[in-house]
Amino acid sequence: MTAVASDKQAVATPIFRARVLPAIILAAFALLPPLAMALDDSFLVFFAIRVMIFAIAAVSLALILGFGAMVSFGHAAYIGLGAYCVGILAENGIWEFYISLPVTLLVCGLFAAVTGAISLKTRGVYFIMITLAFGQMAFFTATSLSAYGGDDGLTIWGRTEVFGSSVLSDRTTFYYVVLAFLAGAWWLCATLVNSRFGRVLQGARQSEMRLQAIGIEPYTYRLVAFVIAGMLAGISGALLANAAEFVSPAYMTWHRSGDLIFMVVLGGLGSFAGAVLGATGYLVLEEVLSHVTEHWRLIFGPFLILVVLFARGGLMGLIPGGKRHE
Amino acid sequence: MSEPILTLDGLEKNFGALRVTDKVSLDVLPGEIHAVIGPNGAGKTTLIGQISGSLRPDKGRIVFAGHDVTQLSMDKRARAGLARSFQITTILPEFTARENVALAIQARQGHSFHFLKNVSKDEALNAEAGRYLTDLGLGNRADVHAGALSHGEKRSLEIAIALASEPKLLLLDEPMAGTGREETDRLVEILNRLKGRYAMMLVEHDMSAVFALADRISVLVYGAVVATGTPEEIRNDPKVREAYLGEEAA
Repeated sequence: MTAVASDKQAVATPIFRARVLPAIILAAFALLPPLAMALDDSFLVFFAIRVMIFAIAAVSLALILGFGAMVSFGHAAYIGLGAYCVGILAENGIWEFYISLPVTLLVCGLFAAVTGAISLKTRGVYFIMITLAFGQMAFFTATSLSAYGGDDGLTIWGRTEVFGSSVLSDRTTFYYVVLAFLAGAWWLCATLVNSRFGRVLQGARQSEMRLQAIGIEPYTYRLVAFVIAGMLAGISGALLANAAEFVSPAYMTWHRSGDLIFMVVLGGLGSFAGAVLGATGYLVLEEVLSHVTEHWRLIFGPFLILVVLFARGGLMGLIPGGKRHE
Repeated sequence: MSEPILTLDGLEKNFGALRVTDKVSLDVLPGEIHAVIGPNGAGKTTLIGQISGSLRPDKGRIVFAGHDVTQLSMDKRARAGLARSFQITTILPEFTARENVALAIQARQGHSFHFLKNVSKDEALNAEAGRYLTDLGLGNRADVHAGALSHGEKRSLEIAIALASEPKLLLLDEPMAGTGREETDRLVEILNRLKGRYAMMLVEHDMSAVFALADRISVLVYGAVVATGTPEEIRNDPKVREAYLGEEAA
């Protein structure tokens, strides 16, 4: 009898997680610009763009961290790489998205393929350390790019163009473009984890030995996931460069990588809705606290520790039906 | 017909100065259950490791289904048709029993670089996984998370996973380990039912299970095979009685 009851629960839960919650979150983002206009609060739109951009990066990290147990401590490098692709191309007079987007994907994909191929030979703390090292390598390379601003970063005098038109300069248009990228990245990652590929990825997280025993060597699958995550984070970087009209090595510091990991953990591991909520919660809290006091990190730090200690499922754990298992 | 499915030819393995596998040569014929017994520390687990590919022998050859697999990795041997169960239950606890078996079927069907189709809606795959589970008496537990199954059910699930890869040889590493009398009887009955359909190498501590199931038994002592024969021959072998059964007979 109890088996039947828990089966029913198990059926109801995924529908909420997979369909209802994402729809609510995306609808909330979609309705924000008119609401901000009604409130005459343009900062809200500006801030939400930033949230969505980091949400894309958090979703991409959730793919490898939450579903593949790959704790990459260098994920911000891809945000930086994506941003620099846009910045450097613009500096050289190339503004078109149909060039900058493929270049971003190619550069981030290659960087992920090479560093991933090496990093994925290791496990646990070593994987964390080696991804951190590659991230720092990218950071220091960016600071030494004196032709493109070095330490000071690089101002971009405009936004990426779409077939010669500068539609992205309109804030509302840009907002919905970012939202579309978020929805697309989310859909892609959710589709991936539910596919045969995703099963291998999630199986490998639970027992590598079991997979080898049925004839699957997880390495290549992990690497492909790592590359996809890197490319998606690269897109978030390209969007960030457009949002800020500025590129800086600061985008790829290890603090940023840590922030991303925290967003994913705060939201709840093993859920893309969690990653989006985590990114939102993290940035909102950072924003609010930094207005309250200049020593906001003194409050933020302990709060993060409390979340990790006591709210194991993250924000998703607080939502009814949001938990992974009952 | 009597061409062995698995042949071990002079396997040797040392851990430092300790010889854990000492010139082991034995074979498994098609449809046969060949049991390997031996006291604790006889090197049974190390031997299983070398056959399945998680360990490399220092010397000797492993021929499986007519091919030398000595240098092949575990996943390649699995794809060649060598399925194993583990002494310590190794399942995917967050997946349902059905998903555990479906993944083995998926692995057998080829590479898994399929990114878009929702695998949980693959009815043919789910139905096939269900058949293996029903075969092992887990039909009504198919959609329970594997981690929530009882110990005995997990042992059965491991066998279902192994069968789902349609192996040429089943390598069973103490499948009865930690199970109660009733569960052991059930597993013996299941293995008896599978007997003849699959060649099996059974490493097991439970003597009544071994003597009930095995066509041939090899006795491993200090890494070396001291005797191979039918259960009757083994029971009456003075060397075996001295080295192994002696302690129980006394």
